[in-house]
Amino acid sequence: MSVQVQPAVSDQVIVYNKRRGTELALILFAQTFGFGGWIITNLNLYGDLPDNLIPVACIWFGMGIAAHLIVRLKLPYADPLILPSVFLLNGLGLAMIYRIDQIPDPIKTDSATQLLWTALGLGLFALVVFLLRDHRRLQRYPYLLFIAGLVLLLLPLAPFIGHASGGAQIWIRVFGFSFQPAEVAKILLAIAFAAYFYEKREVLALAGRRFMGLELPRARDLGPIAVMFVLSILVMVFQNDLGTSLLFFGLFTVMIYIATERIAWPILAGAGFVGAAFAAFFFTNHVARRVNAWLDPFSNYDANLQIISAQFGLAWGGLFGRGWGLGRPGLTPLAKSDMIAAALGEEIGILGLMAIVMVYGLLVARGFKTAVTSPDGFGKLLAAGLSFTFALQVFAIIGGVTRLLPLTGLTTPFMSQGGSSLVANWIIIGILMVISHHARRPQAATAAPQDVASNSEDQTAVIR
Amino acid sequence: MNGPIRKVAVFVAIMMAALLANTTYISVFRTDSLNAEARNRRVRDAEFAANRGAILVGNTAIAESVSGDGTRFPYVRSYPDGETWSSVTGWYSYDYARSGLEQSYNDVLAGTSSEQTFTRVMDVLTGRRSQGANVSTTLNAAAQKAAVTALGDKQGAAIAMDYTTGEILALASTPTYDPSLLSDTNLTAARDAWSTLLNADEGPLKNRATREVYPPGSTFKLVTAAAAIEDGWVPSTEVDSPDSLPLPGSSRSMGNSTNCGGTRITLEQALKVSCNTAFGNVGLQLGSEKLQAMAEAFGFNQEQTIDISAATSRFPTDIDAAQTALSAIGQYEVAASPLQMLQVAATIANDGTMMRPYIASAVTNRDLSVLQSTTPTELGQPISSATAEMLQQMMVATVESGTGTPAQVSGLVVGGKTGTAQWDLDQPPYAWFVGYAEDPSVAIVAFVENADIERNDISGGRLAAPIFTAILEALR
Repeated sequence: MSVQVQPAVSDQVIVYNKRRGTELALILFAQTFGFGGWIITNLNLYGDLPDNLIPVACIWFGMGIAAHLIVRLKLPYADPLILPSVFLLNGLGLAMIYRIDQIPDPIKTDSATQLLWTALGLGLFALVVFLLRDHRRLQRYPYLLFIAGLVLLLLPLAPFIGHASGGAQIWIRVFGFSFQPAEVAKILLAIAFAAYFYEKREVLALAGRRFMGLELPRARDLGPIAVMFVLSILVMVFQNDLGTSLLFFGLFTVMIYIATERIAWPILAGAGFVGAAFAAFFFTNHVARRVNAWLDPFSNYDANLQIISAQFGLAWGGLFGRGWGLGRPGLTPLAKSDMIAAALGEEIGILGLMAIVMVYGLLVARGFKTAVTSPDGFGKLLAAGLSFTFALQVFAIIGGVTRLLPLTGLTTPFMSQGGSSLVANWIIIGILMVISHHARRPQAATAAPQDVASNSEDQTAVIR
Repeated sequence: MNGPIRKVAVFVAIMMAALLANTTYISVFRTDSLNAEARNRRVRDAEFAANRGAILVGNTAIAESVSGDGTRFPYVRSYPDGETWSSVTGWYSYDYARSGLEQSYNDVLAGTSSEQTFTRVMDVLTGRRSQGANVSTTLNAAAQKAAVTALGDKQGAAIAMDYTTGEILALASTPTYDPSLLSDTNLTAARDAWSTLLNADEGPLKNRATREVYPPGSTFKLVTAAAAIEDGWVPSTEVDSPDSLPLPGSSRSMGNSTNCGGTRITLEQALKVSCNTAFGNVGLQLGSEKLQAMAEAFGFNQEQTIDISAATSRFPTDIDAAQTALSAIGQYEVAASPLQMLQVAATIANDGTMMRPYIASAVTNRDLSVLQSTTPTELGQPISSATAEMLQQMMVATVESGTGTPAQVSGLVVGGKTGTAQWDLDQPPYAWFVGYAEDPSVAIVAFVENADIERNDISGGRLAAPIFTAILEALR
């Protein structure tokens, strides 16, 4: 499938600023946050600078410079704000994992592992940038990717390699390594959806009848929705993983909505999901317990210890936080992974947590901007879908930790401990950067002015 | 497709705004209640590990915070000579809260009182770790040590007070314990120590001086005598003192444990030899209302006003004649704390003016500025000074040639009253001695609940009076 109809080309050419120098400055600046957190933790806990200050500085800032050089070399027109945001979040996550490492005696080294995963993530980012010269090549095999994604998603249910931990059956264990295949499935399915919906968008949008003011799709086009719907329920029921279920359903819904521009889809899908969620609430203990822990955690202190400890941590941190190393994040179970937002809230305060949410907001906004700017529909869909997965994860997990929503076990992108998530997210950043580079390349402006070019009249738009 | 993308972007913006709004909500509305939650370990740890102020006797700390072992508890509460002072300081523990001065002055010791707001702000601004204020006490180290030593292994209590001001000079309850065991930062060890102390038969955690009430026995005759004199009696007024006084409306009768020296004796003689039947008759002649009014004037049936936790002493209401006769000699349902009987003796010694007893004289910031200071307060005038003088004369006679002779201290004018309170025929009686000296102006109560000795040997004069004299000697 190739780009179908292109508007006539005008004689003007749009050239975006590359802003690679700005990007480098911003990356180094963003990296100082995590790096500073690491140093302050050492000062507060041990009254001394860390022993390996110089080597860690070289590795950490070296990674930032390397990422920048890769981009400067291969994607000179890519968005200059995406990488700094990622480095800021990744650095804060590393610093907080290091800080929590210091609590038990003897101290742990999870932060070193996480740094290794970061390096591997960066390596895969580089690989994506070098191999995927044009993201449209991903458009070719939607069905294959879809099936591969499904298999990965359901792999933890397979005997022998499937592995449950913390109540959720979402890991596989091979040769002693644990991995969450859903993280990779997320990427494959996003690509598959983007390709499928882009191809079928007109059929999905135009066929069907009107019913109560909504454009209803044809029954046979409901097939993919039905598959996704069933899949989400499977994940919810058999893997005990509300978060992943929500994530895939959200991704799917947003992409079909963007592709078809029909509001009926999200309404239909949303109603289906709400119905399923209610059913899960009434028919599974798992969901009911989560909802109860959300609405009234103190009704069962022992069972809801995690969410209660997180609340205590946030309250103890207050507006400005206790300071790196001075809080008690170790009192919250899973403070390194699911609850890292609570640990950060305790030590850098509600304001720090808000700043982190803002940075996620910035990252997602740049992703949507990439989607809006992208001249090809597949890139638009893919960039928007991937950005939305970030937003949904942040909303679900930070909302869960702060008791805006029932808690679902999702990772906090780039911050939570865990290699699968970190590596997958770095790959997504690679894909986003490639799309962004293609979107911002100098290109002939189309005769029918696109929204991108008409920036004079909607200055106040949230995303441009 | 850009239209839907923008709408999704707006949707995402709303999600992020909801997160920010919710964190703001936590910060504004939930923080206080979460930090007040009893199970919030962070708050409890911080409080327990705080650099609390010291409790001082003179310039010596009897409770202080010293540097602890680790990161969880940088400070630990320490009680130098804790066994001597535990009945005053109380304990300070992670799981079992506080007692004594640690409890009643908790906010200033912790530095969280409203008066210390400015200090706290300055500490934050200058980067200092905040410290609590020190509490200075009125206690006298020699008197306290004498009290604890004299009580020894016995279950009992002793309190000494300057009756002109209300300053408590000694306050002991035995057997004692070391509060450091309960403030241990090894919480398991502290829990073990707690359960050992709590389950010990001798009840070391009870504060017998203020928190427990017992039948006051013959020491209550001071109150009966005060009521009689206020009613127009004089020490030479005579009253029937038969060997056995039939209790009106019952088949029982009241007997004497001592020889009253006749079947009709003076009020002074009755107090001197602690004649039960004579005081039973005094009670019957006065009636329950006058007795109750006098007891309540001294503080019975009212909350104690001392600055540590104290129990309310009881005088029964709506009683018949037989119960009145029994109550007049401190039996039936009359129950008093040692502190209450001290107040009776102190008021008599202070010419009828009752002073408010207090332990903490001042609260001082670490920069030595005074936050609070206590001044002597009159609680009232239960008896006239003429009545007080007559009672003093009778109490002095009791020590000179009555049951109180073991309380004599050469060179001092001492007045007192013994008490041997039977409360259960199978249990040893309680031994009491309440008394005062003129110079130093001190009132002292000594009380022994159980001394583990032959029951016929138990009497207020023999068992409690030596404790009285030991404390008095220490205060000379």
